[in-house]
Amino acid sequence: MSNEGVIYRISGPVVTATGMKAAMYDVVRVGEEGLMGEVIELHGDKSVIQVYEDTSGIRPGEPVLNTQETLSVSLGPGLLTQIYDGIQRPLPTLEEEMGVFITRGVDADAFDLEKIWTFEPQVAVGDSVVGGQVIGHVQETETIVHKIMVPPTASGVVKSIESGDFNVTQTVCVLENGTEMQMMQKWPVRTPRPFQQKYAPETPLITGMRILDFLFPLAKGGAAGIPGPFGSGKTVTQQSLAKYSDAQLVVYIGCGERGNEMTEVLDEFPHLIDPNTGKPLMERTVMIANTSNMPVAAREASVYTGITIAEYFRDMGYDVALMADSTSRWAEAMREISSRLEEMPGEEGYPAYLSSRIAEFYERAGRVETLNGDDGSVTVIGAVSPPGGDISEPVSQGTLRIVKVFWGLDAGLARQRHFPAINWLNSYSLYPQSLDQWFRDNIAQDFPEIRTQISGLLQIESELQEIVQLVGSDALPVDQQLTLEVARMIREFFLQQNGFHDVDAYCDIHLQYQMAKAILSFQDAAKSAMAGGALLNDVVNVPARSDLMRGRFEKGYIDVIDGMVKKMTDEIADTVEEN
Amino acid sequence: MTGKEYRTITDVKGPLVFLNKTEPVAFGEIVTLRLSNGTIKNGQVLDTSDDLVIVQVFEGTSKIDRESGVTFMGDVFKLPVSTDLVGRILDGAGRPRDGGPEIVAEEKADIIGAAINPYSRQSPNDFIQTGVSAIDLCTSLVRGQKLPIFSASGLPHNDIALQIARQAKLKDSDEEFVVVFCAMGITAEEYNFFRSDLERTGALENAVLFVNLADDPAVERIITPRLALTAAEYLAFEKDYHVLVIYTDMTNYCDALRQIGAAREEVPGRRGYPGYMYTDLAMLYERAGIIKNKKGSITQFPILTMPGDDITHPIPDLSGYITEGQIVISRELHQQGIYPPINVLPSLSRLMGSCIGEKTTREDHKSVSDQMYAAYAQGRELRGLVAIVGEDALNERDKQLLDFSGVFEDKFLRQTRDEDRSIEETLDLCWNLMSAIDTKYLVRLDQKWIDKYHPENKA
Repeated sequence: MSNEGVIYRISGPVVTATGMKAAMYDVVRVGEEGLMGEVIELHGDKSVIQVYEDTSGIRPGEPVLNTQETLSVSLGPGLLTQIYDGIQRPLPTLEEEMGVFITRGVDADAFDLEKIWTFEPQVAVGDSVVGGQVIGHVQETETIVHKIMVPPTASGVVKSIESGDFNVTQTVCVLENGTEMQMMQKWPVRTPRPFQQKYAPETPLITGMRILDFLFPLAKGGAAGIPGPFGSGKTVTQQSLAKYSDAQLVVYIGCGERGNEMTEVLDEFPHLIDPNTGKPLMERTVMIANTSNMPVAAREASVYTGITIAEYFRDMGYDVALMADSTSRWAEAMREISSRLEEMPGEEGYPAYLSSRIAEFYERAGRVETLNGDDGSVTVIGAVSPPGGDISEPVSQGTLRIVKVFWGLDAGLARQRHFPAINWLNSYSLYPQSLDQWFRDNIAQDFPEIRTQISGLLQIESELQEIVQLVGSDALPVDQQLTLEVARMIREFFLQQNGFHDVDAYCDIHLQYQMAKAILSFQDAAKSAMAGGALLNDVVNVPARSDLMRGRFEKGYIDVIDGMVKKMTDEIADTVEEN
Repeated sequence: MTGKEYRTITDVKGPLVFLNKTEPVAFGEIVTLRLSNGTIKNGQVLDTSDDLVIVQVFEGTSKIDRESGVTFMGDVFKLPVSTDLVGRILDGAGRPRDGGPEIVAEEKADIIGAAINPYSRQSPNDFIQTGVSAIDLCTSLVRGQKLPIFSASGLPHNDIALQIARQAKLKDSDEEFVVVFCAMGITAEEYNFFRSDLERTGALENAVLFVNLADDPAVERIITPRLALTAAEYLAFEKDYHVLVIYTDMTNYCDALRQIGAAREEVPGRRGYPGYMYTDLAMLYERAGIIKNKKGSITQFPILTMPGDDITHPIPDLSGYITEGQIVISRELHQQGIYPPINVLPSLSRLMGSCIGEKTTREDHKSVSDQMYAAYAQGRELRGLVAIVGEDALNERDKQLLDFSGVFEDKFLRQTRDEDRSIEETLDLCWNLMSAIDTKYLVRLDQKWIDKYHPENKA
């Protein structure tokens, strides 16, 4: 059998070819136009291929050519600031080649192969190098040094090494054994990039969102799932994370979502400043946009394309955060392909291998010792769009089984315009134990205890609310009425955060701690004032308290919050004397 | 290959025809079937292989037998487009229905349509004033948006859609929309209602109608919206029109999709709808938008009736995940005799943030909208409490909010079917209504807007 076969059958994005020598996941070129596809099933003489572009107009009998390669991404300087489709074709290039509508049959390099980069060698002739070792640096953007690494499979003694200006396809290093290395390398997307070992995560990914950092922290190298019905703010949350989290690099995958939303990101990101470095956000970002009406097979591939790029930067020793919005669309792409293959379905028509695919994907997250002994991490945050908001469905369940952080979005909260609409009662994070030491050392010794108090108050509130629903709040004893007031303060002052506000959108972790302490100070001051005979109404309405609460919208809040708390507690103490 | 007629039909099942021993047939190719009585039917290739070709027949498979002739036309489905489309009424397969001549094509456009490159899109941010207070204030519509009406049987969604079609315009501009109206499986009565209303207001001259009625073949509904959107794209992106696409009823479309899925013996997803329904719907809804350096735009207004008033049903659910918000019609408000019975609480416009404010509507819009929404939401919640504990148990603030929720429905929501309120009128109305609440309870209003717009301060 040869590398060339002919089309036997076409059914939507699934094409069957006969007479072709093929292995699983080989990349093939389908039809006269050479559309890109991937072998996903072998059946006797027949190879079943998922095609990444529209198949209308293709006929049986047209040729199919096996490239013998697997689906790979190009890795090298030029990746940052790019926006790709699901199979790493830059969208601006596609616009040049095909106009504003995405048609088909166009190949595009992942980045400019001719662009000249300044290569600074980090090894010398005679050094022996192993896979993953850094041989040179390229200053790719102002903030990011792109480290050129020996491909994971190569090793040897350096015979020659260059220095100066080169493009990504020119050889910059030759080993004694004849291996030539360029700044660009390729890696198959479905194979995780190798590392030495996985560590337990110990550092939190600081996101600047109070409810996440304070109550449900995510570790660098961890995995989180955000399920929520439509309109509950998944995309806004994901975008806030992409903007403000303290990862050094961000890979943002818009997987089967709205075109206008991707455009918004594209319009907005170049103008936004990374609060951690002061440089444009775009300089640390790689975007992948495969909107809901773009070919479904490329949507299936897009999450793998994204995570491979993330792993590549991890191998340089960076902390990378990957957002996938939404993994449900990825799962649906699998379901669609699976149903075309006439596979026996599992739950709700999804293929039986759904949960193992989800698990494999999230397992590519982690904090690792890289091949070159450095420390890098990939944090994965996946949005899930459960039908009808019901998380008993297979994608949510498959995700929850594997991730350690669950940020549950709630339509009810969104309807009350409580944003971020993350439900504090059913969300969880399993990381606090491993992260508490970090919080104690870097923020405050009593950080975990404060967190426990805050979440405890919210729990008590939910129990009290059930009674209030029946009898009204006036029927409660005053100490419980105070608890409700404190909990309301937690919700309105602390948990609610305006993602679109210049100042409030990002909250420093130290400030978060101070704000939480301020709430507890209010509680303590109110308790002792009321013990001295003060009325709840007077205590709650001291002017300094509303000043304190409004202050979070002003710059420099962290410098004045202590004074404001002091003023509030003084005023509360004064309410005793009035009576 | 065109011209060769095959008589090799082996099976006919529901809307599908299976035939074999053909020469290579392209995926998506258009097919004509000639029945023994001379009738001509059209179809499209759904699956093609050396041994077997599956054709989906748009006009239904009645009277097709094994002797029927099948001809493959060598091309995918295309719609002849030209500006002559404007003012015409076509059937669900794109043939004239108004007795007029065939459309003379300036060009022929593939009806499947290609995805707009996200990089080539322009963010929508032009506010459309619909003249309906509830929509303008709380779920502002933006040019290039897709904003569905989630309704249910027996509710006046058609009146609302027509009112919007009549009144929609950019603020301070007389520029009108070309309306592309796409009917899928609606009754002749409903169609006549739409048609006579468009005729009465003269809007018909500025509209293109694609009509598939309830007694027309169900499978034809699969292509009707695609024809409508192809016409819309041509008018918007080739001829610089601003196009408003109204399609009704998406529920019938989805049912037709399910029918084909069942006939192909596909593995069904939720409630028997095909697993690819999300992708399929996205290929319609995502054809809304604005493209950089092009003058026209496509705004979509799909109407769907939620089976059993259930918003978690797959049709509204999948739609909600694709569209940029939703306008929810409430049976409860309708039964109270309020028109338009829009429940603003679950309604949403995702693009609203980018289109309101000082430059486009008025500086206090966001603030007023938030406050009206919050006060109404709290008032509605209190109704539940009052039912248990009685009105006397409420404190002063709660009493005011409770009263406000009634006023909100009666004075703010309620308007007549031809009442066209400008956004200023709507905002001023809001201030008047909110003045019944003590200012200290209006915590979401910025003080500077209270100073400027509150009736007490204005007087």
